[in-house]
Amino acid sequence: MIKKKMEEENRDKGMSKVVKTISFIIAIPIIIFGLYVILHGHLTPGGGFPGGAIIATLLALFLVAFGSYTVKSSHKELLSSLESLALVSFILLAFFGLGSTFFHNFLANTANIFGKSISYGVNNGYLPTGGTIPLMNIAVGFEVFAALSLVVLIMYTGQSGGGK
Amino acid sequence: MNLILHAPILAIAIPLLGALATPLLSKLGKTIRNLWIILSLLFTEFLVLILTYDVISNGIRAYTLGAKFPTDTIPTANFIPVRIILGVDAFSVFMALTSVTIVLIASIYSLKFIKERTKSKYYTLLLLLTAAMVGLVFTGDLFSMFVFLELLSISSGVLVAFYFHKGEVVEAAFKYIVISAIGGLMVLLAIGLLYGHYDLLNIAALANTLTFSFSDKVALVLLISAFAMKCGAVPLHMWVPDAYGEAPASISAVLVVASQASLYALFRISFTLFSALPTIEIVAWSIIILGVLSMFIGVVMAILQSDIKRLMAYHAISQTGYMLLGIGVGLAVIGNTNALNSFGVTAMEGGIFHIINHAIYKGLLFLTAGAIIYRVGTKDLNKMSGLAHKMPFTTIFFLIGALAIAGLPPFNGFVSKLMIYESVFRFNPLLSIIAMLVSILTLASFVKVFYSAFMGPKSKEYNKIREVPKTMIIAMLVLALLTLLLGLFPNIVVDNIINPAAHALIDQLKYVGGIL
Amino acid sequence: MINYFPFLAVLILIIMGLSAIIFKKNLIKIIIGISIIGSSVNLFLISLGYRSTGVAPIFTNAPKLEMVLPTPQALTLTNIVIDLALIAFMLSLVALVYKHYKSLDIRDRRLKG
Repeated sequence: MIKKKMEEENRDKGMSKVVKTISFIIAIPIIIFGLYVILHGHLTPGGGFPGGAIIATLLALFLVAFGSYTVKSSHKELLSSLESLALVSFILLAFFGLGSTFFHNFLANTANIFGKSISYGVNNGYLPTGGTIPLMNIAVGFEVFAALSLVVLIMYTGQSGGGK
Repeated sequence: MNLILHAPILAIAIPLLGALATPLLSKLGKTIRNLWIILSLLFTEFLVLILTYDVISNGIRAYTLGAKFPTDTIPTANFIPVRIILGVDAFSVFMALTSVTIVLIASIYSLKFIKERTKSKYYTLLLLLTAAMVGLVFTGDLFSMFVFLELLSISSGVLVAFYFHKGEVVEAAFKYIVISAIGGLMVLLAIGLLYGHYDLLNIAALANTLTFSFSDKVALVLLISAFAMKCGAVPLHMWVPDAYGEAPASISAVLVVASQASLYALFRISFTLFSALPTIEIVAWSIIILGVLSMFIGVVMAILQSDIKRLMAYHAISQTGYMLLGIGVGLAVIGNTNALNSFGVTAMEGGIFHIINHAIYKGLLFLTAGAIIYRVGTKDLNKMSGLAHKMPFTTIFFLIGALAIAGLPPFNGFVSKLMIYESVFRFNPLLSIIAMLVSILTLASFVKVFYSAFMGPKSKEYNKIREVPKTMIIAMLVLALLTLLLGLFPNIVVDNIINPAAHALIDQLKYVGGIL
Repeated sequence: MINYFPFLAVLILIIMGLSAIIFKKNLIKIIIGISIIGSSVNLFLISLGYRSTGVAPIFTNAPKLEMVLPTPQALTLTNIVIDLALIAFMLSLVALVYKHYKSLDIRDRRLKG
């Protein structure tokens, strides 16, 4: 039974040529849509977590279309480092507000990046507002992408990583 | 930057930062990572210590996340607290002190105990667990209590399943995580019920405006049963022997403190939120009955075990029963000021002191069991014998731990058990007699363990056994010294730390006034 | 009575999920039961904030009407993430159990008293 499994995995070259081409083509709109959802998290529904989940479907798509033979396990180290880096930047962003309190929005209403101040009331959404919130959304988005891709990859290829 | 002002949130954020940066730092080298971990834990311990000193002298400290200055709890535009608020009072800081100390000692112990290849994952999870525990006891907000509770159960679940190449370990972790998940969902349901009625999630604000309608009582029942599930009280204790028995030994020591964190949540809910409930006696009596059942069934099942860690796990169930009994008695007399002043406060002090005592001596016992397994390689009591000749330090530490758990002077178990016996006797003599009986049975089972594992002739296979490495001995030595110190000079701890903690629980108005 | 329909659905789903956890013998079905209870608690949280004349609580270009409560939506989002992590962990544990014992029946070993 173990031998049959190994043969099957060697033959897992993915699906047909049409699917491979289409998956390349559709990857670009998925990335752009995912980045749109992440970046506009303070104006429209979405934000870090759903946007990251959208981009993580790319890895699942590549796994199914290309077979586990092509998606190598060296990607696991890269994804793990990306996840840690994004999480550390999230916590450091929270630390920077420590002048008044933790998580304080130190970029709101200043002239820095993402710091434009707007008048009160209902309006069309302006992108460069919101202070630290879009930056945290970006960090969370990358982290969710890395984490979910890692989970899908480990579950599919069945390596020695158990939980988390 | 005023360190004391920001200490509550830093005590949560520093382990979190440590946990998330450990995978990155482990690429740079082994010593940098070990240094980073020990430094983060030491800094957290320092923060909790200065916070203890500050809260005992000055009262409750509140901290608002994201406001202009830390005590800005009610913004000028509204009348209810809007942001996430941390509320640190004497009971919270006491639990945080026990937890961080035990985690620090366990992580020093694991420097040699865990194999090198898996160390960075282990330490990441351990630091996450510390952050979750400190967050759970510091928060003043029901929903963040739920979030930290789930983080605690997931990270401890992964740590229980650490040796996942063995089959029984995976089953034990599965049982643990299923029960934790159901408990967590029940907590969320209760939080939803309370939120839907009052539009408030802050504990202090809820304590002000709670009217005890039917849905609130349903929420209370759900919360109490969910937290009792998580700390191993008797009707739902099936996960305790498996999880404690199959986890690595230092993780079993940390699991003790993690279960006590859910005990903290139980008491916080019943005292601060619901202590003005007219029928609080029913709640108190159900807590007392759970405690007595846990004590009795725990110790009876412990005598029958032949695996050293499962035996200690059953004892953990029975000691949790002591804590429930002590504080349940305090809850039962909370309306009656006369009885409260005479024995209620002593009962609660006994229960709370038992929390830290249990963490210390149960941690010591689990670490010695780990030392035995590290050198000998088996967990079965029937197969070991005569280890006292080869491992003298471990023998002494085990003896200290066993005497402490049985309640003999001059160790710390004696002091807290005496307080519980005296005060419970004046409440209801039958409960006190059951407690003493359980204590005798505890002593009996540990005599059995000591005799079969350490005394007796040397077994022939164990000629090559040496003593365990020095870092493990240092960790066990610290715990043994703490046991002795707390037993010989209990007044220092009881008057300065435990008494304010008990009063902080009883005095609901002080909590509310300190935060709002 | 029609106003209370979401809460009735929550109650029915919780009973179904609990009976799946208690009475079923396959590990995967137990996990599905936990997932059902999680979804029902999410439904309960969202339906707490419903106002019958409300619109979605988005500030951009908002019409001048009352909005549905946004706080339970934040609670629900957090709960979805937590349940995701729990179920991913439980599924990988079940995969490991299968690798060790070749069977997913809880009667074979001493699982789940």
